[in-house]
Amino acid sequence: MSSWINLYNISYAIGEFLMGIVAAILNFFGQWIGPLSDFADWLMSVNVLNLVAIFIGGAAVMVFVSIINLFIIMWIERKMYGRIHDRRGIMLPGPWKKTHKGTGFLQNLADGMKLIQKELITPKNADKWMYDIAPAIIATTSILAFVAIPFSETFYVANINAGLIFILAILAIAPLAVVLAGWSSNNKFTLIGGLRGAALMLSYEIPLILSVIGVILLSGSLNPIEIVHAQQQTSVLGVENWYIIPLFPAVIVFMVALFAELERLPFDLPEAEAELVEGWLTEYSGMRFGLVFVSKWVRTYAGAALITILFLGGWSGPVLPGELWFIIKSYIVFVIIVWATWSFPRSRIDQIVRIGWNWLIPIAIISIVIAAAFKWVGWF
Amino acid sequence: MKGTEVAGALREHFGDLVSDIVFPREDLVRVSVPRDSIFPFCKFLRDELHCEHLNLVTALDWPEDFECVYHLTSYLEEYMVELHVKVPKDDPKIASLSEIWRAADFPEREAYDMMGITFEGHPDLRRILLPDDVDYYPLRKDFEGQSDE
Amino acid sequence: MSDMWINMGPQHPMNHGLWNLKVRVDGEIVVESIPVLGYLHRGVEKLCEKRDYNQIIPLMDRLCYVSSLTWSHAYCISVEEMMGLEVPDRAKYLRVIALELQRVASHLMWLAAFAPDLGMFSAYLYSMREREHFLDMLQWLTGARMNQNYPRIGGVRNDMPAGFPDRCFKELDYFEKKLEQYKQLFDDNKLFRMRTMGVGVLSKEDALDLGVTGPALRGSNCPIDMRTHDPYEVYDELDWEVQVGKEGDVFSRYAVRMGEMRESCRIIRDALKKIPDGPVRVKAPLRPTGQGFRRTEDSRGEALIYVIGQGGESPYRLKIRSPIFAIMRAVPVMLKGTSVADLLAIMGSVDICIGDTDK
Repeated sequence: MSSWINLYNISYAIGEFLMGIVAAILNFFGQWIGPLSDFADWLMSVNVLNLVAIFIGGAAVMVFVSIINLFIIMWIERKMYGRIHDRRGIMLPGPWKKTHKGTGFLQNLADGMKLIQKELITPKNADKWMYDIAPAIIATTSILAFVAIPFSETFYVANINAGLIFILAILAIAPLAVVLAGWSSNNKFTLIGGLRGAALMLSYEIPLILSVIGVILLSGSLNPIEIVHAQQQTSVLGVENWYIIPLFPAVIVFMVALFAELERLPFDLPEAEAELVEGWLTEYSGMRFGLVFVSKWVRTYAGAALITILFLGGWSGPVLPGELWFIIKSYIVFVIIVWATWSFPRSRIDQIVRIGWNWLIPIAIISIVIAAAFKWVGWF
Repeated sequence: MKGTEVAGALREHFGDLVSDIVFPREDLVRVSVPRDSIFPFCKFLRDELHCEHLNLVTALDWPEDFECVYHLTSYLEEYMVELHVKVPKDDPKIASLSEIWRAADFPEREAYDMMGITFEGHPDLRRILLPDDVDYYPLRKDFEGQSDE
Repeated sequence: MSDMWINMGPQHPMNHGLWNLKVRVDGEIVVESIPVLGYLHRGVEKLCEKRDYNQIIPLMDRLCYVSSLTWSHAYCISVEEMMGLEVPDRAKYLRVIALELQRVASHLMWLAAFAPDLGMFSAYLYSMREREHFLDMLQWLTGARMNQNYPRIGGVRNDMPAGFPDRCFKELDYFEKKLEQYKQLFDDNKLFRMRTMGVGVLSKEDALDLGVTGPALRGSNCPIDMRTHDPYEVYDELDWEVQVGKEGDVFSRYAVRMGEMRESCRIIRDALKKIPDGPVRVKAPLRPTGQGFRRTEDSRGEALIYVIGQGGESPYRLKIRSPIFAIMRAVPVMLKGTSVADLLAIMGSVDICIGDTDK
C-alpha cells in the first residue's frame, strides 16, 4: 500500500485545494490591491498548509471520535446492558422503525438535545471559575488523547514518537478535574466523591503504566504505530505476535486499572450513585453534566483503542481494511468492558486500593519479567 | 415456662405489689404493678426470668388515668408478660426502661410524643414522629383532630 | 479533613422510603449516626380509633406498601384473639398461602433495593421480573397487586380461584430455578462477598437487647421465627425450616432472606397440597370488648398489633409494633465505625419500610 494515502496527506490536499480557492480570489483582487497578493502567497506557503492540514485532519478525527463513533458506542452500551437486564433497551427514536422493535439509534442525540436545553445551574457558594472549567478539562483531555491514537497505518492526526506517554499523560489529567469539580461545587457529597476519585485514579495510574512497560520492552518503542508494526511481525508460533499472548497478565492488569481510570462500575466509587448521589457530578446540570457524561464514553473508547493497539495487534488483520479491523477489535473490547460493568457490584475504596497494591502491581511486575525473558530468549 | 410459674415467681419476689394477674393464654401472663416499682420489677424480669425482648411500649388514655403497657418476651423460656402500669393524669411520669433494654428507647420516645408521658431517666427524650415544635399530644382522647366526617 | 455531618435523606438514593439518616463522618468513617423519622407519619393509630373494625383492614394494608397482606393479617389475627374467634381451617391455609406469596414478593422487593445499593443494577430488574409472577398470583387470589384487603376478621374474603394450585406450582418451579441462578449471581461473586461479609456485624446480645427481630435477628445466629416460636395459623402443620445465619453480618441477613424465599416456596407447596375443604369465613361478633394481640412474622420482623376494644364500633386503642421502628434504634450501633460505602450495604440488608415505621 502506498504510504501517500494517509489522513495527513489527504487533509493536506484538501487544505491545498481550499486555500487555492481563497488564494485565487485574493489574487483576483490583488490586481488592484497589492498586499492581498502577498497574503495569498503566504497562505499557499508550506507552513500554513501544514497547519491547515493538521486542523482538517484533527477535525476529521474529532468528528469520527466524538460524533459517529460516540453515538455508536453509546448505542452499543445502552442496547447491550438493556439485553443484560432482560429488557429491550432504547428503541423509539431511530432512523428506521419507530415502534418497540426499533433500534433507538438516535436516542442519545435526543438526550443531548434535552441536556442542551436545560438550565446550567451554578450553586450559590460554588467557586465559579473552577466549577465551570472542570467539565471542560475533562472533555478536552478525553478527546485530545485521540490525537496520538492511530486508527490505522494512515488514519491518525499526529505521529508522535512518544505517543504512548502522551496518551497516558493526557488521560491522567482527569483526576485533577475531578478534584477540582468535587471541591468547587461546595457540596459534601461532591467533596467526598472528588477525593475518592483522586485517591482511586492516582493509585491506579501505577499498575496502568507498569502493565504497559512489558509492551514497550517487547516492541522497543513508545510510538503506537511502531508498537503495532512490531506486533505484525511473525513470531515463532507462526502467527502475528500480538502481545496478548505473551503478556496476558498485563492485559488483565491494564483492563482492571482501566475500569478504575474510567470510573466504571466495579470501581465507580467517585460517583457511587447510591451513597454519594452522583458523586462529584452531583451539582452539575445541563450540558456541563452532558459533557462529562459523554467524555466518559470517549475515555472508555480511548481505553478500548489502547488495548487494541498495545495487545491486540492494532489494525492488523486479513482481507478487510485496517481501519475496519481496528474498529471491530476495539468494539469487541468495549463490549467486554460493558459486560463486566453490568455484572459486578460496586466495591469499597479500601478494597479497591488493596486490590491495586496487593494484586495488580505484583502481576504487572511479573508481566514485565515475562516480557524481559521473552526478549532475552529472542522469541519476540 | 408456663404463665402460672412466672406469676408464681413474681408473686414470691414482689408480694402484694403484683396485682390483677390474668392468664389470657397459657404462656402469657397479664399483671399490674404500681408505678414506683416498675424499674426493679423489669430488672428482675430480665435478670432472673430471662425476659430478653421488649416488644412494645403502649401508652393508653383511660378516662381516669394514663396507662403504660409493656409487652415482654422471653425467647428462652417461651413466655410473655403483659405489664400494666397506671400513670396519674396530673403527674404523667414513669421511670424509663431504656437502661434495662435499649429497645425501650424509641418506643418510649414515641409514647412521649403521642401521649405526653414523661419517661424519667431516658437518655434522649425528644419527639420522634412529630416535629419538635408541636405542642399537643395527638393520641390523647381529648385531642380533637380532624375526622373524616 | 475534620468531621462533618451529612444528611442522607429525606431525598437520597440510599433511602428506600422517606426518612433521614444524619451521619457524622470523619473522612470515610462513620463516627455517629442519628436516624430521623416521622416524615411519613399519617397518624394511623388515631385514624383507627375513628373507624370500625372492618374499615381498619384496608388501612392496615397501607401500613407497609411492600408487604401489605402481612399487616392486615396481623391486625385480623389480633382482633380474632381479642374476640376469641376461631377461624375455619381452609381460611387458615388460604391465609398462609397468601402470606407466603406476599413474603416472597416482599423479599424480592428487598433484593431489588439491596442490589442497586451495592451497584448491581441488573439484579434489580431480575428480581422485579420475578416479583411480577408472585404479584400475578396474589392478584389472581386476592384481586389486587398491592393493597390486597384480603384477610377478614374471621377468615378471608374469598376462596381461591379454580386452577390456582396448578399455576402456583408452575410459578414456584420457575422461581426455584431462578433462585439457583441468583445463588450464582450473588453467592459466587467475589466482589459481592467482599462487600457483604464481615460488614455491619450485629452480635446476638446486641440484637436481643435492641429489640431487633426478623431476618436481622436470625442473621445474628438466633433462631427466633414467630411462625415456629409462637405458631399462628397452620405454620406448625407445614413442612419447612427456620433459616438462621451464623455471623450476624450483611451476608448472613442476605442468606437468611434468600433461604426464606426458598422456604416460603416449600410452605406454599405444602399448604396447597394439604388444604382442606370447608368455609373460608365465619361471622365475627360486633362491638367486641377486651384486649388482645398476636405476634406474627412480617417479612421484616415481628409485627404485633395490640387492640383494645371497649364495646364500641371502633377499637378504643390500637398500637402497632413495627419491626423497622425497633431496628432503627439498632442502626447507630451497626453503623458505628463502618465506612460510608458499608453504610449502604448495612441499610440495604435491613430492608427498611417507612410506611409502618412512621405509622
